[in-house]
Amino acid sequence: MSEMSKAVSTENLNEYKGRSLAQETWRRLLKNKGAVVGMIFMVLLLILALSGDFLYDYDTEIIGMNMSEARLAPSAEHFFGTDQLGRDVFSRIVYGTRYSLIIGVGSVAVGLIVGLITGSLAGFYGGMWDQLVMRANDILYSIPNIMLAVVIVQVLGTSVLSLVIALSISSATSFAKITRAAVMTIRGQEYVESAYAMGLPTWKIILRHIIPNCLSPIIVQVTLAIGSNIIAASSLSFLGVGVPIPTPEWGTMLSDGRQFIRSEPWMCVFPGIAIMLTVLALNLMGDGLRDALDPKLKR
Amino acid sequence: MAEKKIILEVQNLTKYFDTPKGKLHAVDGVNFQIEEGKTLGIVGESGCGKSTTGRTLLKLLEPTDGKIIFDGEDITHYSRAKMRKMRTQMQMIFQDPFSSLDPRQSIMQLISEPIKEHKLLKSKAEIEKRTLELMDIVGLARRFVNSYPHELDGGRRQRIGIARALAVNPKLIVCDEPVSALDVSIQAQILNLLKQLQRDMGLTYIFITHDLSVVKYFSDDIAVMYLGQMVEKAPSAEIFANPTHPYTQALLSAIPIPVVGKEKPPRKLLRGEITSPVNLPDQCRFLKRCDSCQQCCQEKSNPQLVEISPNHFVACHIAK
Repeated sequence: MSEMSKAVSTENLNEYKGRSLAQETWRRLLKNKGAVVGMIFMVLLLILALSGDFLYDYDTEIIGMNMSEARLAPSAEHFFGTDQLGRDVFSRIVYGTRYSLIIGVGSVAVGLIVGLITGSLAGFYGGMWDQLVMRANDILYSIPNIMLAVVIVQVLGTSVLSLVIALSISSATSFAKITRAAVMTIRGQEYVESAYAMGLPTWKIILRHIIPNCLSPIIVQVTLAIGSNIIAASSLSFLGVGVPIPTPEWGTMLSDGRQFIRSEPWMCVFPGIAIMLTVLALNLMGDGLRDALDPKLKR
Repeated sequence: MAEKKIILEVQNLTKYFDTPKGKLHAVDGVNFQIEEGKTLGIVGESGCGKSTTGRTLLKLLEPTDGKIIFDGEDITHYSRAKMRKMRTQMQMIFQDPFSSLDPRQSIMQLISEPIKEHKLLKSKAEIEKRTLELMDIVGLARRFVNSYPHELDGGRRQRIGIARALAVNPKLIVCDEPVSALDVSIQAQILNLLKQLQRDMGLTYIFITHDLSVVKYFSDDIAVMYLGQMVEKAPSAEIFANPTHPYTQALLSAIPIPVVGKEKPPRKLLRGEITSPVNLPDQCRFLKRCDSCQQCCQEKSNPQLVEISPNHFVACHIAK
């Protein structure tokens, strides 16, 4: 009897082990059904993006024209129909996943890093640095995004990389603004002072205490920005400064199919659905991540 | 008996803030010293500079003038990086346990943070063990180790704050109104805890409060501050038995006496409001509210602390 109670008490002691932030966040993320659905969808997209080359031959199946099969409605042979040049819409969407993901996620990632660093430093230190960063930001903000992107792409040459750079600049400005505002409210909190009293260096305080507490508005902005950057890439393609024309990028396909929307709507509808589902999945994931990172919403 | 060791000495500590209207005298020429293992209570009303004094001592704010000598080392002009090493010696307990803990960190993370930062322990297992020990020391049940601050009540949160301060084995702790945000019943628990920790670990406290009944129970010495200056400083018993500065007298008479039906001494009420601390004239700072104010005070300059009896200092022209 006494042995048994002893065993129980040691077991209890072992239970009181600390969990790391990553473990805790992951545990809570898995409890959120929406986030799990979003993650599964994104993983599928990632697999598609990586396996496009194994599934299709780029020259014949993706960009090769076949006028005899032009503008066919969706069927068992062509799930999503074919476009005006006889290319299979389904294969093009699958193959195009990589471009859309690189453009959407890549531009936001670059913009996020730049915006997070400049914005948090501006919000934290204030003064001259704040003036410098925010005025530069205002200048960029005052130029219409599309025009700015056109100029950048013209200078760097048309390619996916220059498109990513062009779009990341306009994302960076909004990330910097949001981060700065959030950091300014967190900076004055007593737990920041407490961290100083503990002897933490400033960069650790910013990374460990300030940025995690600013994350909610930033995560929302990330999920929104990925979707809008995919769309923005398509308007740039439409202007002729986006992805070079035969590339099966979703936004390009959408604008290509626009002329046929009355007679052959599948050319527009399916790329549109692909963009929509991606944005939806990212939103579900982002919301789940935001909630999982906020211990106050713990269930 | 061995010579008593002075752990902290403050000379002419001054902190001015620049405001659009002029210089704000938050702390103005404060002097004191504390022996190891003792408690100095700093008392005063809101805005008298007592919290600023505490923060300046720990160099969370840069002093405008004066000297801070900790354990024989002049730390006044230590850089931030150099100060970081001193943080293992001097710690702070904050007033508001609701805002002084990062809401996104678990209790384990909060308490182990200073241990990790100063690399006091290497392995993860050791750090976890020490964190659990600290929780035992401050009376937090181990089951809260993965909880978050918002799940706990004020008293438990303040225990986390205390555990964080203790984690680095400091010699001196500045307690900035550690109980003023708590319920009365919990105040007593926390005060007893602090008292017991002092006995067990030989800690030195600077105890900042506006609550005289708390400080009486707690301090060896009491310093009364008014508008950035120390107006009276004496051993605790002496100041309660024999308050000399008119402001101290008023503060003491404001302590509620929890006895029903007993004849209570008349209250000494202060007129008016605290003078603006911006651009002060060289005059007694208590002049406008003082009920013993005499004509001669008007013409004299700002009084300095004078020893009127052993260890009892008062800054007043008429106090004898």
